[in-house]
Formats: sequence, structure tokens, C-alpha cells
Amino acid sequence: MMSHFLSIITFLPLVGALVILLAPAAAKLVALVTTLIEFALSLFLWTHFDGHSAAFQFVEQSSWLGNNITYHMGVDGISMLFIVLTAGLMPFCILASWKSIENRVAEYMVAFLVLETLMIGVFCALDLVLFYVFFEGGLIPMFLIIGIWGGKRRVYASFKFFLYTFLGSVLMLLAIMAMYFQAGTTDIPTLIAHPNFSPAMQKILWLAFFASFAVKMPMWPVHTWLPDAHVEAPTAGSVILAGILLKMGGYGFLRFSLPMFADASVYFAPLVFVLSVVAIIYTSLVALAQEDMKKLIAYSSVAHMGFVTMGIFSLTHQGIEGGIFQMLSHGVVSGALFLCVGVVYDRMHTREIAAYGGLVERMPIYAVCFMVFTLANVGLPGTGGFVGEFLTMLGTFQVNTWVVIFAATGTILSAAYALYLYRRIIFGALVKPSLQAIQDLTWREVAILTPLVVLTIAMGIYPKPVMDVTSASVANLIQEHKTAYAAAQHYRAPAAKLAKSTAPLAVANEGAAP
Amino acid sequence: MTSLLPSVQVLLPELIVAGAGLLLLVIGVLQANDRNMSVLSALSIIVMGVAAYFVVAPVTLETNAFNGAFVEDGFARYAKVLILLGAAITLVLSQGYFVREKIARFEFPVLVMLSTLGMMLMVSASSFLALYMGLELQSLALYVLAAFNRDSVRSSEAGLKYFVLGALSSGMMLYGISLIYGFTGSTEFAHVATVIRQSGVPIGLIFGIVFLISGLAFKVAAVPFHMWTPDVYEGSPTPITAFFSMSPKIAAMALFLRAIIVPFPDAIHQWQQVIIAVSVLSMILGSVAAIGQTNIKRLMAYSSIGHMGYTLLGLAAGTTAGVEGVLIYLTIYLATNAGVFACILAMKRNGQMVETISDLAGLARSQPRLAFAFAVFMVSLAGVPPLAGFFGKFYVFLAAIEAHLYAASIIGVLASVVGCFYYLRIVKIMYFDDPAPAFDRDQTLSLGTIWGAAGAFSLFFIVFAAPIWSLAEFGAKALVP
Repeated sequence: MMSHFLSIITFLPLVGALVILLAPAAAKLVALVTTLIEFALSLFLWTHFDGHSAAFQFVEQSSWLGNNITYHMGVDGISMLFIVLTAGLMPFCILASWKSIENRVAEYMVAFLVLETLMIGVFCALDLVLFYVFFEGGLIPMFLIIGIWGGKRRVYASFKFFLYTFLGSVLMLLAIMAMYFQAGTTDIPTLIAHPNFSPAMQKILWLAFFASFAVKMPMWPVHTWLPDAHVEAPTAGSVILAGILLKMGGYGFLRFSLPMFADASVYFAPLVFVLSVVAIIYTSLVALAQEDMKKLIAYSSVAHMGFVTMGIFSLTHQGIEGGIFQMLSHGVVSGALFLCVGVVYDRMHTREIAAYGGLVERMPIYAVCFMVFTLANVGLPGTGGFVGEFLTMLGTFQVNTWVVIFAATGTILSAAYALYLYRRIIFGALVKPSLQAIQDLTWREVAILTPLVVLTIAMGIYPKPVMDVTSASVANLIQEHKTAYAAAQHYRAPAAKLAKSTAPLAVANEGAAP
Repeated sequence: MTSLLPSVQVLLPELIVAGAGLLLLVIGVLQANDRNMSVLSALSIIVMGVAAYFVVAPVTLETNAFNGAFVEDGFARYAKVLILLGAAITLVLSQGYFVREKIARFEFPVLVMLSTLGMMLMVSASSFLALYMGLELQSLALYVLAAFNRDSVRSSEAGLKYFVLGALSSGMMLYGISLIYGFTGSTEFAHVATVIRQSGVPIGLIFGIVFLISGLAFKVAAVPFHMWTPDVYEGSPTPITAFFSMSPKIAAMALFLRAIIVPFPDAIHQWQQVIIAVSVLSMILGSVAAIGQTNIKRLMAYSSIGHMGYTLLGLAAGTTAGVEGVLIYLTIYLATNAGVFACILAMKRNGQMVETISDLAGLARSQPRLAFAFAVFMVSLAGVPPLAGFFGKFYVFLAAIEAHLYAASIIGVLASVVGCFYYLRIVKIMYFDDPAPAFDRDQTLSLGTIWGAAGAFSLFFIVFAAPIWSLAEFGAKALVP
């Protein structure tokens, strides 16, 4: 069983989806049980994961597409916790949809379970083509989730989501093929160990991968699909979108861009810094002006992902570890915030901020939960949000002071929009007649939010379990990046001479091809 | 004359189809009765199965016949199995349709058989004359099929349009062949290749190649020779449209590969540019022009133009990987199109066939299984993983990147994103929109079997990609060693 553990954990939700197809009446229960088992398995995986080793663990490999493109799975410290995050958020999504989804329940649960398989697959895949299949496959269920169970402008939002991300990804597909012919393999560990792409080629490949991951993150200025998708998606869809799908971009940078295109990563780091800083400040300002709760949180997600990209491309240990931590904590916090919005949306069927006010009088428990997540979103010390932001800024500070000065300004703005949102919804006088009869959290909602509150605070006070897993792999990643960067410098020195001598050879080779 | 017997053995599958076709014709004439059609169709399917068996398990080791004008190699075998499969699927799909539309005539299975025979000869042709004979045999049968519903103006128009333009393209191709013969002194593929290797590419030969490509591009409906496709697709009876979109496309593409790659390997720099241009234009037009369509059959016509563009990219690569990519692409294309047309044939309301896309609205609620299959085909045609269509595009683009066709590949993937829009629009109409009145429920078993099997193939291709890949590789090696 251990030798196929990752396959089991990846495809278990798919089995659950098949069970639902056979017994549609019990869809909710089957989905909940499946996701809970899945979560237990992911925790089991975590306990058996050796944090001292930077190597890929639980590896399995078998032939797949011919052309030595194989089915290769494995996890290391970078991907390990994303699997736990994915498996951990899913039961909450199912529970959050328990009452609010009324039509086509079986299809809804099937879509979510299929999506879970594809998301976990993304973090387990150790072959570029396999990664791409999982990465792109996730678009279809998400497209359906937004389009079928979404709000008024769901069709527009679902198409925008799909086409935006698809456009970014097809360029990555071509880059994958070019890498295959350059290196003779699409095996990720091999490519990380021997990334011999010339600096010029690295730049093109880096940009192609960037096109995909920047849209997915999303980075400014290709973030515009996110607010639309978030606003129109059902609550659970927003949770997955913010909690997991956005993290795939950051994961992609860590897994591919840094070790494989080391030279290009250094070359383009200033570009990433500029885009990150613009994202942090600009989208925070935009968030201040929002009238829709989900839209506000969506823009704040873009800002927080700015910290992640900034940290990753600082290429320092703290920066990268902070980026990973920020992704994990943001996955929990933004997911929880969307669940909080879902709680009042289920009661009032509006997300207009102006329609609320003074909720603390009728919903004290809700106010407390919402407060914890808001403060975590701000990055208050003692919550999960702080650790990530602090580490990314610490890491980047060693590289570029100015970037951090602007980013730190952004944290003030994030406090502004988050607390402004909280004041408008929770505090003030309860004057609106429609809110007089609003009920506080039900036991089901308490069961959803309490673990997330505990987790948010725990991540803030005691982040060590997370760091234990990631530390060795991050150190290894930086080492690989340095080696590859040094190799590229050797490449560059004689490259000018080589270019002249190989040019006629290349032409001759082309001529000889049939 | 002493060696006639081995030749006959090589041709066994073709002889079976030819003999059975003529026999069925005689039976049909003697027993002129409309109800015969289904019996004759069933017999034809059996004959095709037998022929396919002898294609896969040949009775002789000999692979050449008629002094090399006819070859039976791995490539021809692969294509023939696909062609026979496509023809058999067409006959299955047509069960019930012709009777319902009151145009059931025994000629239908006979014509399908004869055109199938033409296609089998095409993909085995190893000289320009054999090629032309096979091509005309299949074309003439297809012209008649397009106009099969002779009381319908649209169908007659489709047949006439197809015939006039088809004759024009045949003429162009013949002119090209005569130029090639004039400048190389041979019509045999292998001999033409030898002559070019020894004495280079004279300008007149390039003219010949371009005319040849024009004629072949017409047959696969590639831009700028695609004009006939939407009208013929829309006007022909639906099972016949299904046939057009499967076997003849596969046969023409296989012929295209052999007739360009085998005789002109040393003129690759001349023809490659032409093929790239045709391919890129087809990909762009196929995805852009389909956006505005309201008729599902017309949409499928533009879709097939786009898909032929992608396959031509594999040809443009001119490598083993390219041919392999094309063969895999065609396999997937066959399965998906069979499924789509089975779904279109299930679009029936109050006994009437409906063809507009908006008729599909809300299908996911009235007939969830059919809608799911339809959605799978659409997403597969769009080339989104993990469905089959993605792997077709994957192998083709892999070959194009290997051959350094970067610009064409980038345009190709961007066109596929545009194409995604209209495929997803159909998914949107079925899943997001409010339901239109439901379709008739009296689904025949045959249609369900076809879309079910095709759907399973599209969904699970990812699991058995490797065996198909190795078969295609075997086929491709026969063409480009």
C-alpha cells in the first residue's frame, strides 16, 4: 500500500465521485465521508513524511505515454503541505454547501470530488506532462461549478476564468515540449538536477511558464478574472479558488522556474518585484473602494499573492519559506473569510456591504470568528497571516530595501480595507429591519469555523510544524538554484564564441532532416 | 502474369469489399424493397468486419502488388482499420434515420461500400495513377451520397456543389500529376523520390507539387479550399455528414501524408512552407469562423476544418513523430466525431430532427447522460486535458516543436484557445441555460452504443495512450523510416 500511497490519495475522490453516480441520493454524505477519509490519509502522509530529507518521498513511477514520458509521482517538503491544505479544505467546502446548494446536488459533489483529484495530482506530479494534465484538467470542473451554481453573471465569469487561464497555460505546454527536445525528458527530478538550458532559451521558457503561473496566481495586471470568478462562484467554489487554485501558481514558480531556469529567474526577479509591489499597493487601494464583500476579499487575495511572489523571487531562505507559509496561511484564512461571507449570504442573499451593519448585536459568535480571520488577513502578530508576511519581507529586505518599503506600506493599506469592512458589517447600529431577525451561527457553521479559528491562531503562535516540513526542501531548492545559476554563468562566458561556431552546424542539421 | 496470385492475396481486403459491394447491389436490385436497407446495412457491417480482420491479419507476407503501385504497409493498415471503422459506424448511425425520413434506399450501403473501397485503395496507393483511381472511386460515390435526399433542395445543392468543386480539384490534381510526370519521368512514388535525389528540384516540379497539394487540400477541406465543407455538411442527410467527417477525411489525410512524404522527401523545403501556410490558415479559420454558427452541423464543418489544420501541422513536420502524431490525431478525431454525430442524431423533437445549437439548451437536465457525453466530446475537441483531444494535439505539437516550427505552433495553440470558446459555448448551452423542450425519448440502442463507446474512449484515452502510441509509431515507421 505504501508504494502506491500517492496514487491512492490522488484518485480516492474519483472513486467517491463514481459512488455518487451510482447512488445520487446519498451524494452529500458520500462526498463528506470521502473528503474526510482523504483528509485523514493526507495527515497520515504528513506523519510519515521525513522532514529532514529534501528528496522526493513516496515516489512511484510507471510507463505512461511512451516517449519516456512517465507516470511519476512523489512529494517533497514544498508540495507536502499543499496536499494537506487541499484535503483539509475540502470537507469544509462540502459542509458549507450542505444547505446552500439545492439543485443538482449530485453533480455538484461529483464536480468537487473530481476537482480534488486534479488538485492533489498537481502537487504530486513529478512529470511535466502529467503536471500539465492535472493543472489544466482542473479548469473543467471549476468552469462548471462557477457556470452552473454561480450568481447572476456566472456565464461571463466562467468563460473569463477558463479562457484566461487556458491562454496562459497553452504557452507553457509549448515550453514543456521545447524542454523535452532540449533535455530529452519531461521528468521533473531529472530536469531539476540537470537543467542545462542556455540563458537565452531559459528566458523564453521562463516567460512561457510565467504566462501560465502569473495568470493563475494571479499577478497584476492579469488578475482581472479573479474578482469576477470569486463574486459569481458559489461559496465553496470561492474557497477552493482562493485556497488552492491560486497556490498552484506559486507552487509552479518554486517547482519549475527557480531550479530549472535559474539564470532567467535572477534576470526577471526585478520584473516580479515591480509587479508584486504594484499588486500589493494597487489592489489594496482597489479593495478599499469595493461595495461587494467577495470582491473585496478577492482583491485582498491578489495583494497577498504579491507578497508570495515577492518572497519567492527574493531567492533567500526566509523569503521562500515565508512565501510557502503565506500561501498555506492565506489558503486557510481566505477560505475562512469566504465561508464567513457565505454564512451571511445564505441568510440575506446579498453580498452588498451596505446591506449589513451592527451584526454584532444579533450574531456575537459570528463576530468573533470573523474578527479572528480579519486580523489574520491584516497580518496581526499571533495569527497565521503575520508569519508569512514577515518572513517574505525579511527575505526580500536582504535583497532590495525599496521593494520592502513599498510592500510594508501595503500592509497598512490591508489593515485599512480589512478593518473598514469589519466595521461596516459587524459594528454600528443595527438599524436595518431585515437584519433584526438574523440568526447566529448554527451548529454546522460553528463546526466549520471553529477548527479554522484554532488553526489560524495555531499557525501564528507555533509555526514550527510547518517549517519542519519545508525547511530542508527550501534549503535544497536554494542550493539547486545556486548550482544551476553558476552553471549558466559558465555557459555564458564561452557562449559568444560557441554561437558562431554552432550556427552553420544547426543549418546543416536542418538540411539533413527528412 | 505468373505472379498474379500473390498480388491478389495482398489485395484480399479490398477484393472482399469490392465483391461484397457488387453482390449487395445485385441483391438490392432484385429485391427492390425499402425495408431491405437495414438488412443490407447489417450485411455490409459484417463484410467490413471481415475486411478489417484481413487487414490486421494478412494472409501473405507480400506487401507489394501491381509492380509497386499498391503497397500494404503498417501505415496503410492503420489507416484502413480507421476507415473501415468509420464506415461501419456510419452504417450503425444510419439505422432508423433513413426510414424515418422516408429516404431508405438499398443504394446507401452499396455506395458506402464502394467509397470505402476507394478509400482503401487511396491509402495503399504508391503511384500517382493508383492514387487518382482510388480517389475518384471514393469521390464519385460521395457526390451521390451528398445528394441522397434527392427531394430536398439543400441536399441536392450539397451534392451538386460538392461535385462541381470536387471535379475542379481533381482536375487541378491531375494537372499537377502530369507536371510531376513530365519533370521526373515517372508516376511511381519511389521512383520520383530517386529522381529528385539525383537531379534536384526543377521549377516545373514545384508547380506540380503545388497543384497536387491544392487538390489534396480540397479533399481534406483545408483553407483556402474549404468553401464546400459547410454547405455540404449542412445539406447532406446527417448520417452521411457523419460519414464525410470520418472516413473520407481520414483517407484523404493518409493519402496526403503518403503522396507528399514518400515521393518528395528531398523537396521538403519547397512543400513545407505551403503546408505550414495551409495548416495555419485552417487552424485560424476553423476556430474563428465557427464562433458565429447557429447550426450544429455547420459548426462541426468549421470544427473539422480546424482539426485538419492541426493534423497538417504534423505533416508539415515531415518526420516520424509528425506522421505518428497525425495517426493518433485521426484516431481520436474519428472517435470524437462518431460520438458527436451520434448525439446530433439523437436531437429529435416530436419526430423531427432539429439542428440549431439553441435546441440543446438545458439538455443536462432532461437527458443528463447524453449531455455529459456531448460535453465530453466538446471539451475533447477543444483539446483540454485529461480528455483524448488533448493528446491528439499534444503529439502533433510535439512533432512540430521537434521540427522547429515554432511560429506555426504558437499560432496553433492560440487558435485552439479561440476554438475553446465555441466548444465551451455548447457546454454552456447544455449545462447553464434554462431547458428548452426535451428531446424525444425513443433513443435507439445503436445511437446510445456509439456515443457511449466514443465517450468512454475520449474519457479513458489517458489510460491506454501508450498502446495506441506504439501502434501509430509502427505505422509511421513504414512511411518515414
